[in-house]
Amino acid sequence: MAALFIASLVLTLALVHKPFGDYMYRVYTGDRHTPPERLVYRLIGVRPGTEQRWGAYARSLLAFSAVSLLVLYGLQRLQDRLWLSLGLPPVTDHIAWNTAVSFVTNTNWQAYAGESTMGHLVQMAGLAVQNFVSAAVGMAVAIALVRGFARRNTDTIGNFWVDLVRGAVRVLLPIAFVGALVLVAGGLVQNFAAPHELTTLTGGTQSVTGGPVASQEVIKELGTNGGGFYNANSAHPFENGTSWTNWFEILLILVIPFSLPRTFGKMVGQVRQGYAILAVMATIALVSVTLTNVFELGGGATVPQAVGAAMEGKEVRFGVADSATFAAATTLTSTGAVDSFHDSYTPFGGMMTMFNMMLGEVAPGGVGSGLYGMLVLAVITVFVAGLMVGRTPEYLGKKIGSREIKLASMYFLVTPILVLVGTALAMGNEAGLAGLLNGGPHGLSEVLYAFTSASNNNGSAFAGLTVNTPWYDVALGLCMLLGRFLPIIFVLGLAGSLARQTPVPESAGTLPTHRPQFVGMVVGVTVILVALTFLPALALGPIAEGLLS
Amino acid sequence: MTTQVPAPARGAAPGRNGRVGGGGLLDPRRLLVSLPSALVKLNPATLWRNPVMLIVEIGAALTTVLAILDPSFFAWAIVVWLWLTVIFANLAEAVAEGRGKAQAATLRAAKRDTTARRLRSRDSAEWDVVGAPELRQDDFVVVEAGEIIPGDGDVVEGIASVDESAITGESAPVIRESGGDRSAVTGGTKVLSDKIIVRITQKPGESFVDRMIALVEGADRQKTPNEIALNILLAALTIIFLVATVTMQSFAIHSKNINPGVPDSLALTGDGVTGVVLVSLLVCLIPTTIGALLSAIGIAGMDRLVQRNVLAMSGRAVEAAGDVGTLLLDKTGTITLGNRQAAEFVPVTGVTEEALAEAAQLSSLADETPEGRSIVVYAKDAYGLRERGPGELVNAKWVPFTAQTRMSGVDLDGREIRKGAATAVMKWVRDNGGHPTDEVGHIVDGISGSGGTPLVVADRDHVLGVVHLKDVVKQGMRERFDEMRRMGIRTVMITGDNPLTARAIADEAGVDDFLAEATPEDKLALIRKEQEGGRLVAMTGDGTNDAPALAQADVGVAMNTGTSAAKEAGNMVDLDSNPTKLIEIVEIGKQLLITRGALTTFSIANDIAKYFAIIPAMFAAVYPGLDALNVMRLASPQSAILSAVVFNATVIVALIPLALRGVRYRPSSASKLLSRNLYVYGLGGIVAPFAGIKIIDLLIQFLPGMS
Repeated sequence: MAALFIASLVLTLALVHKPFGDYMYRVYTGDRHTPPERLVYRLIGVRPGTEQRWGAYARSLLAFSAVSLLVLYGLQRLQDRLWLSLGLPPVTDHIAWNTAVSFVTNTNWQAYAGESTMGHLVQMAGLAVQNFVSAAVGMAVAIALVRGFARRNTDTIGNFWVDLVRGAVRVLLPIAFVGALVLVAGGLVQNFAAPHELTTLTGGTQSVTGGPVASQEVIKELGTNGGGFYNANSAHPFENGTSWTNWFEILLILVIPFSLPRTFGKMVGQVRQGYAILAVMATIALVSVTLTNVFELGGGATVPQAVGAAMEGKEVRFGVADSATFAAATTLTSTGAVDSFHDSYTPFGGMMTMFNMMLGEVAPGGVGSGLYGMLVLAVITVFVAGLMVGRTPEYLGKKIGSREIKLASMYFLVTPILVLVGTALAMGNEAGLAGLLNGGPHGLSEVLYAFTSASNNNGSAFAGLTVNTPWYDVALGLCMLLGRFLPIIFVLGLAGSLARQTPVPESAGTLPTHRPQFVGMVVGVTVILVALTFLPALALGPIAEGLLS
Repeated sequence: MTTQVPAPARGAAPGRNGRVGGGGLLDPRRLLVSLPSALVKLNPATLWRNPVMLIVEIGAALTTVLAILDPSFFAWAIVVWLWLTVIFANLAEAVAEGRGKAQAATLRAAKRDTTARRLRSRDSAEWDVVGAPELRQDDFVVVEAGEIIPGDGDVVEGIASVDESAITGESAPVIRESGGDRSAVTGGTKVLSDKIIVRITQKPGESFVDRMIALVEGADRQKTPNEIALNILLAALTIIFLVATVTMQSFAIHSKNINPGVPDSLALTGDGVTGVVLVSLLVCLIPTTIGALLSAIGIAGMDRLVQRNVLAMSGRAVEAAGDVGTLLLDKTGTITLGNRQAAEFVPVTGVTEEALAEAAQLSSLADETPEGRSIVVYAKDAYGLRERGPGELVNAKWVPFTAQTRMSGVDLDGREIRKGAATAVMKWVRDNGGHPTDEVGHIVDGISGSGGTPLVVADRDHVLGVVHLKDVVKQGMRERFDEMRRMGIRTVMITGDNPLTARAIADEAGVDDFLAEATPEDKLALIRKEQEGGRLVAMTGDGTNDAPALAQADVGVAMNTGTSAAKEAGNMVDLDSNPTKLIEIVEIGKQLLITRGALTTFSIANDIAKYFAIIPAMFAAVYPGLDALNVMRLASPQSAILSAVVFNATVIVALIPLALRGVRYRPSSASKLLSRNLYVYGLGGIVAPFAGIKIIDLLIQFLPGMS
């Protein structure tokens, strides 16, 4: 069953990525502006024909995100005075800050229980809007970087506002619309009904909230966001009812990240370069999914061995394999939606979800962020190994000189430093240690997971850790903010410096970057660099736990 | 300088057997000699240029303090090996510099304080004796046989033979004359005959020898662009590992505190990992191998060029050589032998080949031009005609070549044999009443059409036939160009010949393209065109009119025989003035980059094994399960950590010869090169330390304090 589930996903993605990648290529390179887009440009006062240098592109992006942050914070703090609050009080300041950062950075870490904290207005006008635009921001950055490779002798890398609007209007919205209908057909809730009061089997009463769930759910997965309408996220039957909605949600998670390499290949004029990047992503993803399944199905601890598999924390309607695949997919991308509780995974299974994020979420990664992360890793690989062909390193004809490697290195440095320093501070600080549920190495794993998730903008959690405290809200909020926007600035800088160059024509002396050899090299460099960075932390967390017996 | 340069390195034309090599195993004495300067380099003020090693030095100093406060055999052993790591790194650089220092010493000897006879003015016959350092640009000096030329300049009057062995190592004297492309003289060289007047072109203290000394000593060595970029990456890796080890302390303290029953160990106490062990881990993880060898690799690359008698004015040029996409090669001297040679005798109807050969030979016996000699040689080789000295034929009246007649020959026993340019000889035949047939015209056209030069041979009033003179392509050039093509380098032949001739030679030599009837402007335009397409261009040149092209090219190799303008414009000077060397220069550039990449890969790949040694050593006491990571089954935590540190240090020394010599390089496609190097330095870099650390552990586990 596990094999069939995975194989059908792979097959569907293989069929879809090409036409969809080509579609995105046309979206981002076309000259035409649709009437609704023109209206938006007029409203925000943008001339869509003008091109921006990387600095202007970055400033537009940061300004947009800053405004988004303020609006989202305001909506939460004022929700009791606005409409559709369902009578909920204003969100407390540290949660509001954390949540605003979380959704603007495409992390969608939830320090709160969705249904009992946010009213419909916040959910729809705040969170759902960010689900669209934060995803579109990621895609815009990726496209800008690809333009850096594709263009020559120019200062400009595109227009942020155009990329943003097109990504949201032409890519995300139509799929979300259709996807939502499919999910409603699959039994998801979509209403504005008042909460239902139910009497439970034990005689207590439970209030069941409905809401615009399906429409939230679809963009939550498609935009690799991950913030659930309900606290239980995709384990909640209203968010993810059956095995096949589970399958469909995984497909939504993976479809854009796995199609963008095709767009990349088309834009740089060499489809095979896109296939190479796709192959790197697919290789890492398949190995990771397989290992997660093996660890979970094999079980590793006493109880799982007794029952044959690690069922704790997983929904019976999905089973171990489907849950493990969902977990791998959600952590390999920057989604962070969960349909099972990673905290309850076997030590090595849990480590896999962590390792997926530590890779920088590049296989295939978040929408846009996965592609640009992977391209940065390709640049680093080219730099290290490319010298071995006897030329100064170049990728797609662009020289990787000191400016390029400086930006790529800084990109690579940001998240490991945030993760490790954040975790170390938490482990050396009473406010940090207070949140620990578990003693032993698992406690360390929980904190490590939280900072890994936040810094890489994933948003999933080892739920054992109590993070809804001012200390964690602020610390993790900072990690999310820096983990999102510092890398974006470096990527845009890289795009700018690449676009300026005259490409070196390809010859027999050029390092071929489309062959299995190169794919293997990028996989190797990525895995080895990440393993070397995080091995001490992992050794004292999940590895120690896994080898405890 | 001849004595200082190792003979095999100079003699062996490295390209000949298809690889750049040379150098041998490291002489231990050289290590010893370089030790003092390695110790001097411990000064942090000089070490800061190498951030990786600076971190190691700070770590070594820190552990020294810790070992003094809390002495143990283990701590002191670590301290010693950490200091050795820094010293080994400095040693690598010192050894590399040492080679250049020896060369600089001989150059200094050449730069004796000479006096100069400075003319009062260009046309004056009077001169004053002044010290060489007092000479200014545009002074005129007179130099006679036996005197040392006081400074760099151009000969403006006279011709002289000059001994340039102090600079080039070549003992045969060279001719220097006013005007033309052989007018440049170098200060410190000696005039052997005649008298010349030299216009000084150097500024005081900036002579060619001064620049050579600075270059080989590496005094003003600037980091090259790729070296800077690599340093950035190494710094980034160092930061990552610094963060990884420092933050680990927090996790270690937590882990120790939640397992209160575990006793303190040498590696881990309630205060976390001990300082000595933490520093050991950090030093093992940061890329010390490449950090230690990086500058040695760069110096050695320049040095390999010097061994081939090429001076690179900047490391940037050496690096660019590896990236070259287009090679511009002068036809004459590079692709073909300097002169045309007789390749065929084509008689007219009624004349035998032997008769033509004999006549051609006779007409050339007194002809000392290379073409004339080649006719005599060819007649002997192909027709067995013995060479006769001009003295043997007593009745012969030799007719020398003149620019007016454009032919030469002999009058002998009533025969009047002439050979020369077709038009000139035909006119002579007609003037003598003969009527050359159309056949001669056809033969001449045929030879011209194939790129050859026809020489018509006639006996008074009838034409005997035509000698086919051919440009002879040097042996092995086609293979070299095929090699270049596999390396992705386009070769373009530059020639003053007409397009027809040029095409024929280009086809025969196997170059990718040619530029016929090339003027300096054409050359410059071609370079610009290639560069606009993103390719880097390398060329050689010697004349003043080559200077703009040399300056425009990314790698411009000026011949030492050339003019000062050319030498000024290029970024390399070939002291042997051998244009074929361009190909070797490219190979050396590539080898330099490959060595850098290979050792970087090796250095990073090494870390995996070190983790497997150190992590269980630190934490197996708290989590016994982690002992499963001790795959090498190292004897004890102490021996494991010390083994890793010792391996980390010794691998630097072990790789010094490789860094100096460069990794083996065979011209082949990028893909093949990469596969091979990935196996050797990537896979090898993962596997080697497992074996190395295990072996060291087997040896040191018996030391006190290791259990």
